[in-house]
Amino acid sequence: MDKRDRLAEFRARVAQLHAGGGEAAAQKQAASGKLLARDRILTLLDEGSFHEYDLFVEHECRDFGMAEKRLAGDGVITGTGTILGFPVCIYAQDFTVAGGSLGLRHARKITKIMDHAMNLRVPLIGINDSGGARIQEGVNSLAGYGEIFYRNSMASGVIPQISVVLGPCAGGAVYSPALTDFVFVVDKISKMFITGPEVIKTVLNEEISMEDLGGARVTAEVSGNAHFFAESEQDCFEQIKRLVTFIPWNNAKKADPFPAKPPRFETPIEKIVPDTPREPFDVRDVVRAVCDDSDFVEIQEHFAANIVVGFARMNGNTVGIVGNQPAVLAGVLDVDAADKAARFIRFCDAFNIPLITLVDLPGYLPGVDQEHAGVIRHGAKILYAYSEATVPKITVILRKAYGGGYIAMCSRHLGADFVFAWPGAEIAVMGSEGAANIIFRREIAGAEDPEARRQEKIQEYSDKFANPYVAAASGHVDALIDPAETRRYLLHALEVSQQKKTVRPERKHGVPPF
Amino acid sequence: MTESTEPETLNINGVLYPTRLTRKYRERKPVTIRNPMEVRAVIPGEIVEILVEPGQPVERGDGVLVLEAMKMRNAVSAAAAGTVTKIHVEPGSLVAKGTLLVELE
Repeated sequence: MDKRDRLAEFRARVAQLHAGGGEAAAQKQAASGKLLARDRILTLLDEGSFHEYDLFVEHECRDFGMAEKRLAGDGVITGTGTILGFPVCIYAQDFTVAGGSLGLRHARKITKIMDHAMNLRVPLIGINDSGGARIQEGVNSLAGYGEIFYRNSMASGVIPQISVVLGPCAGGAVYSPALTDFVFVVDKISKMFITGPEVIKTVLNEEISMEDLGGARVTAEVSGNAHFFAESEQDCFEQIKRLVTFIPWNNAKKADPFPAKPPRFETPIEKIVPDTPREPFDVRDVVRAVCDDSDFVEIQEHFAANIVVGFARMNGNTVGIVGNQPAVLAGVLDVDAADKAARFIRFCDAFNIPLITLVDLPGYLPGVDQEHAGVIRHGAKILYAYSEATVPKITVILRKAYGGGYIAMCSRHLGADFVFAWPGAEIAVMGSEGAANIIFRREIAGAEDPEARRQEKIQEYSDKFANPYVAAASGHVDALIDPAETRRYLLHALEVSQQKKTVRPERKHGVPPF
Repeated sequence: MTESTEPETLNINGVLYPTRLTRKYRERKPVTIRNPMEVRAVIPGEIVEILVEPGQPVERGDGVLVLEAMKMRNAVSAAAAGTVTKIHVEPGSLVAKGTLLVELE
C-alpha cells in the first residue's frame, strides 16, 4: 500500500467513524428534536477549535453477539477545544451509537478526558445522552460509572465541571451530573431519574410520565437537580458560553476580568425596596442596580426561588451574589433555599469568587413539613458554608433581618468582612408585630381596648428595635449607608479585600451537615 | 415557570406577607401523624401470609402479616402493643401504599 492509499484509507475510516450510528439513527435523533453529538460539540465550541482524541477506540466485549458489533468511537466523542477562547475538555455521548450506552471503553474515554482536564487544570464539560449501562458488558459497565464518579469527586473544587443533559440520563448515570457544579437541561429533551416510570409502575403501581418524573422542568423547578433550564439546545449552548465567562479555569486562578462598566438599571436603587417590611420587591433589581452593566447570570432561577444566587461583575471582576427574594415565599429560608445557597457559596469559595449577600428575610419557613424534611440539618448548611468560606464576604442588609435568618445570611458573626445596612434596616429577633404579641400578650389581653394597646406595644417595640442603630451600636454592622452609595461601598470593600488571607486550623476536611 | 398570578400571602410569625408561592410549596403534601394502632402498608405489594387473629394480643414489634413487595417477603409488625380488633386483608390481597391492613386496640 503506497502512501496515497494509506491516506485515502485513513480518510475513509475517519468518515465512517464520524457517521456515528449511521443515517437511520441520525434521522431518529433529529426526529426527537436533538442535535447529533458531534454537532453539539461543534456548535458549543469556538469554530475550528475542537480536537478529537480516541476516535478509533473500540469495545472489547465478546458476549451476547457483541464481538461482531463495531460501535463508532464506542458511543462517545472526546476532545479539547475552546469556548470564547477559554480552554475546555469535553465529551459527548452519541445516542445514535448503541443508544449511547456506557461500556468500559466508553467510560475509559471519558475518564481519560477527565484526567486531561485535571492535569491541564481546565474546565470539564460533559454532554449526556445515553440509554444507560451497556447491559452486555455487565459489571464492567458499572465499573465505568464508578470510575467517572470518582473523578467527578476528585475534580470538585479544582476545576469547574459542567454537565449538559441532552437526552436520557437515567439510573446510576445521573450521579455524574449530580456531582458536577452546573447542570444544564433543555425542555422536552432532558430526562433525569434513578428509577424510570416503568419500574415505578411495576413496583409501586403508580403511573407517572417521564416528563413529570424527571423532565427538564421538574429537574429545574421541583427537584433542583438542574441549574440552568433552556428552551432549545441552541439556547442552552448560549447559556453555557455566558456562564463560562464568569468562572475561572481552575481553583488557582481568578475569573478573567472584563472591562468595568456602570450599571444600566434605571430605577434609582432607593426606589426599589418599599419601606414597609412586608411589601415584596424583586431582589434581582437591587443586583442589577449595583453590578456592572446590570448583567446578572442567575443560577437555579426556578428552584427555591425564595433565594437568588448567581454571578455578576463589579468593576470587571466576577462576584457571587446571594440574596433573599421577598417576591417569592416572602424570601424565607427553607430546606431547598439553604441547600441551594450553601452549594453556591461553596463553589464561590472554591473558585476565588468574592461573595456579596443581600439580606431581607422574615426568618425560616414555619411548618411541620419543613421540620420533618430536616430544616434543621439543611438550614445548618448555609451557616456552615458561610463560616467556612474564606473569600471576601460582604453583606448588605437592605431591610428586615430577623432571628436565625439574620445570623445565617452572612452576618458579621459568621465571618463577614464588611456588613453594611441601609437606614431602613430592621435587625431584630423578629418583626415588631410578632414580638409585641409575645412579650406583651397578657398586657394586651387584659387591656380595656386590646387592639389599641397592641398597636401601642408594636410601636414601642418598633421604635426600639426596628432600626439598624442597635446593631450598629454593638458593631455588628460596620457602616450604615445611603442606598445610593451601595455600589461605591461594595467596590471599595472588594478593592481592599483583594489580598485577604484567612488561616484555618489544619484538618483533613470539615464534616458539614450534608 | 408555573407562576401563579393570584395574589398570595404567607404567614410568618403572625405577619402576613404578600408574596408569590412556589409550585412546590403549593403542592406540598399535608403531613399525617401515624397512628400506631393502625398497621398500614408502607409499600404496595401482595399479602402472602397473615400471622395474627382477631382478639389476639400483640407486643410492639410482633409480626402481624407478610407483605411481598420488591421481590422480598417483608414482615409487617405492630408499632405498639395491643389487641388485634380487625383484619382488613387476606392472603392474595393486592394493596396500595398506605392501605389500612390491621387495626389494634
